Amino acid sequence: MPARRADLARGFTQGLSFLCLALVLGISGAFVPNGGLQAIERHAWISALGAEYFLGIDGLGLVSILLTAIITPFALFAWRPPEAGAKIYYALFLALESGLFGAFTAFNFFHWFFFWELSLIPAFFLIKLWGGPQRARASMQFFVYTLFGSVALLLAFQVIFLATGTFDFIRLAELGRTGALTRALTTKLGIGEIAAQTMPLLAFLGVFLGLAVKVPLGPFHAWLPPAYAEAPASVSMMLTGVMSKMGVYGFLRILLPLFPDQLRQWQTPLLCLAIGTIVFSAWTAMAQKDLKRIIAYSSINHLGYCLLAVFVVVQAEGAAEHKQAALDGAIFQMFNHGLSASALFCFVGWLEQRGHGLRGLDDFGGLRKIAPVFTGLMGIALFSSLGLPGLNGFIGEFLIFKGVLALQGWAAALSAFGLLLTALFLLTILQRVFSGPLPDKWAKLPDLTTAERWIAAPIIALMFVIGVYPQVLMGIINPTVGFWVTTMP
Amino acid sequence: MNYGELLKLLAPESILALTLLLVLGADATFLSGRAPGLRRAVAASLTVAGCMGAIYWIFFFPIHGHLFSGVLVVDPLTQVTKQVLLLLTAATALLTLETAFTPHVGEYFGLQLLATLGFLFMVSSEDILTIFVALELASLSLYMLASFAKGNLASAEAGLKYFLYGGLASAFLLFGFSLLYGLTGETLLAKIAAKITTTPRDPLLVVAISMVLTGLGFKIAAVPFQLWAPDVYEGAPTPSAALIASGSKLASFFLLEKMMTIGLSSAVGSGAFHALAAGWVPMLAMLAGLSLIVGNLTALAQTSVKRLLAYSAIAHAGYALLGVIANSSQGFVALLFYVMTYGFTVLGAFGVVAVVERQTGSDRLEAFAGLSRRSPVLAGVLFVCLLSLAGIPPLAGFFGKFYLFAAILRAGAPSLGILWLVILAIALSAVSLFYYLQVLKQAFVREAPLELPFSVKPSTQLVLILLALCVILFGCAPDLLVSKLLLALKAAAPGLVF
Repeated sequence: MPARRADLARGFTQGLSFLCLALVLGISGAFVPNGGLQAIERHAWISALGAEYFLGIDGLGLVSILLTAIITPFALFAWRPPEAGAKIYYALFLALESGLFGAFTAFNFFHWFFFWELSLIPAFFLIKLWGGPQRARASMQFFVYTLFGSVALLLAFQVIFLATGTFDFIRLAELGRTGALTRALTTKLGIGEIAAQTMPLLAFLGVFLGLAVKVPLGPFHAWLPPAYAEAPASVSMMLTGVMSKMGVYGFLRILLPLFPDQLRQWQTPLLCLAIGTIVFSAWTAMAQKDLKRIIAYSSINHLGYCLLAVFVVVQAEGAAEHKQAALDGAIFQMFNHGLSASALFCFVGWLEQRGHGLRGLDDFGGLRKIAPVFTGLMGIALFSSLGLPGLNGFIGEFLIFKGVLALQGWAAALSAFGLLLTALFLLTILQRVFSGPLPDKWAKLPDLTTAERWIAAPIIALMFVIGVYPQVLMGIINPTVGFWVTTMP
Repeated sequence: MNYGELLKLLAPESILALTLLLVLGADATFLSGRAPGLRRAVAASLTVAGCMGAIYWIFFFPIHGHLFSGVLVVDPLTQVTKQVLLLLTAATALLTLETAFTPHVGEYFGLQLLATLGFLFMVSSEDILTIFVALELASLSLYMLASFAKGNLASAEAGLKYFLYGGLASAFLLFGFSLLYGLTGETLLAKIAAKITTTPRDPLLVVAISMVLTGLGFKIAAVPFQLWAPDVYEGAPTPSAALIASGSKLASFFLLEKMMTIGLSSAVGSGAFHALAAGWVPMLAMLAGLSLIVGNLTALAQTSVKRLLAYSAIAHAGYALLGVIANSSQGFVALLFYVMTYGFTVLGAFGVVAVVERQTGSDRLEAFAGLSRRSPVLAGVLFVCLLSLAGIPPLAGFFGKFYLFAAILRAGAPSLGILWLVILAIALSAVSLFYYLQVLKQAFVREAPLELPFSVKPSTQLVLILLALCVILFGCAPDLLVSKLLLALKAAAPGLVF
């Protein structure tokens, strides 16, 4: 009886996730790529705080919800929880998905924050209840870090609200563009003797901290490797595939439009942080023995490129086309990394199941002889992740580097080390796990089952489609970015 | 003074008093000797009917006025608050059905009604004499309610502690009131305020304010006047503790807000860290800061869920005090929203505790193990209530805290001097999540040795589900309550619009 109920819960959840996918595809069908905000829903909500219920999507939002809608069913199929407690697992998964959809479509801070926090709770429980042996510690670390970031974000927005009287992202972006936000923060607020000039900086730092923890940007990344490594495969897929994108999304949606002056002022240190994140996370990945940790660090590395692009475009100098390329690349990279990293976590999860809980870099070897399909598909995902031309990963990184090289050559040069190192450790995985002599104990290791092939096939196909015909996404992203670039102060 | 008008204005209170007599009478006459279950059911139904009758009256006969030149005030705001108080009492009465600790059914329900009558008068009073009488009416009833489980030593201890501390606090309050009267020669809050502005600031006034705050600080369980709370919450019969935590809190905070913003409106002072100035705001800011720290940190170490709720109540008093400190109409509304939704939430939590305690004989954390399988409804209600207490969106606790922080910062603007208190509050609310999750972990993750399903009365289930729905509803659509409160505040006495 419990088995049947677990099946029912799973079927229901998978069905719902497909329904969401269908709806999101419907939205993207109706989407007109003109750079403006669409599918707007706007209702008065809490008059006392001027909070409206305000939803809408632009290119960035559409790409983000597309990613969410694609990765969620993929993750649901990739891993099944034990039957006891499966109901709660699926409920939490759906809560997580709704939190993500909400955060990617909200245009009012109040309910954006609502959903931002809402996605945190199920993720915490998913790690804590279904994670590996170190799950208690990992989930607590994850929770404390992200909650700390959220508190900073909340405080900063309280201050912004006090100065401007609005939570509306569109209006705040307008205020940020004209510099009125900084003026309001300096003139309307102040703490006694503390110079009023520091208020905008404090608000900026609060927002920055909240988002930087989520992406994560070094040195706020310490929660990530244990969380990704301990979480079950499906949750790692959601964490890296979609939740880490919330941070990048926040940088693009909030920080960039609201605080152009502060970003410009702090550009060099921020670039250094991004470069440090890119290079050192790749470096650290090389030293890891646990496959999940390697991919976790490579995730930090890949999202570092997105932030590099964000921090580069804030400068006043430079041609608009380069800024356009960098930001296009950042959003592209968001989507691509979501696909390739979640595919990698999925494959490692399957490997772990076959290897009876082993997932070390040195635990396997020569698997290509007995599991050619597994090797082939995971190889494609690895190559997509390291940016092989013809696969999706290439486009994003190419665009980012194209833009960064023209705007801040030194930053591109330094980050290129990260690219090299990424290639090294990803190829090491291929070499150590799939080639070389096959240990006797793995001689019976089964290849991918038909079901698993069907689960992985759409994602792998998508990697090729985007790699060969990037216009499917570029058509959505480009007008929105164009609008941002032309309205940049 | 026309007695007809008096009767009309005090109709809700009169309905409640009649209900009280009816409950006592019914229990003493034709129900005597019947099965205790039947007696409880009849008494609870009568209590609920009385409360609903009073709510109905307030809703359909919105009569407002000031009696005896402001000794008793009946305005839209007091009426909304009274309705919520009556709802809380009705819910408590229904939850009492889960317990069977006393053969004196009529008296127990009667005392609940009497305490509620005290709350209603506390809300309506704007004169220090009637305030004191109303407060004593509520307090004395609550002392008895706390010690009502006669066979239980812990209950007797709780009652005695509550009574001794409460008596001392009342003495302080009375002394503070007499000093205020001595300083101004007035008993009406508004007139006291008018006199204080004209007299030079006086050390005696500071003493008077301190004493008043001591007395009221006891009622709201703010540190350092909180010592009674853990023992009373743990030892008292669960419905009594629930009433002390919900209705009594709401009435006391309403009273405190009026006392401070009307009666002492000219001795406000400042709590900004760079510009502390003597007055009641810095004193309350200290109380709030201490309550937040002590309540949240001590709760971390608790193993009894009722004690945990007691320390969490202390911490929540700290949050709610932010609304008083704001000293603005937004602050008032934020405070009322917070304390009202807190009342619903804590009642829900206590309701679950009552059932678990009756079935397992304990309120330790371990007793909650496997709750999600033994009773999914209870576990769900507990989940909603505790996460709301922790301030997780989209529940009422989140909006309540958010609104309080916004109100206190806005009231202080352009200076952000009070930001220290807000940062403290936010940081400690992150801490609080930990201990609430400890309970939820037991309920949802741990397995009980014996997973027999709990039997829960349908009435209890209904009340608990309604309470949880309220918590969710007011979290998702806070405007339902906030706009009502704002309108009521605007329509209320002009002395309250500042």
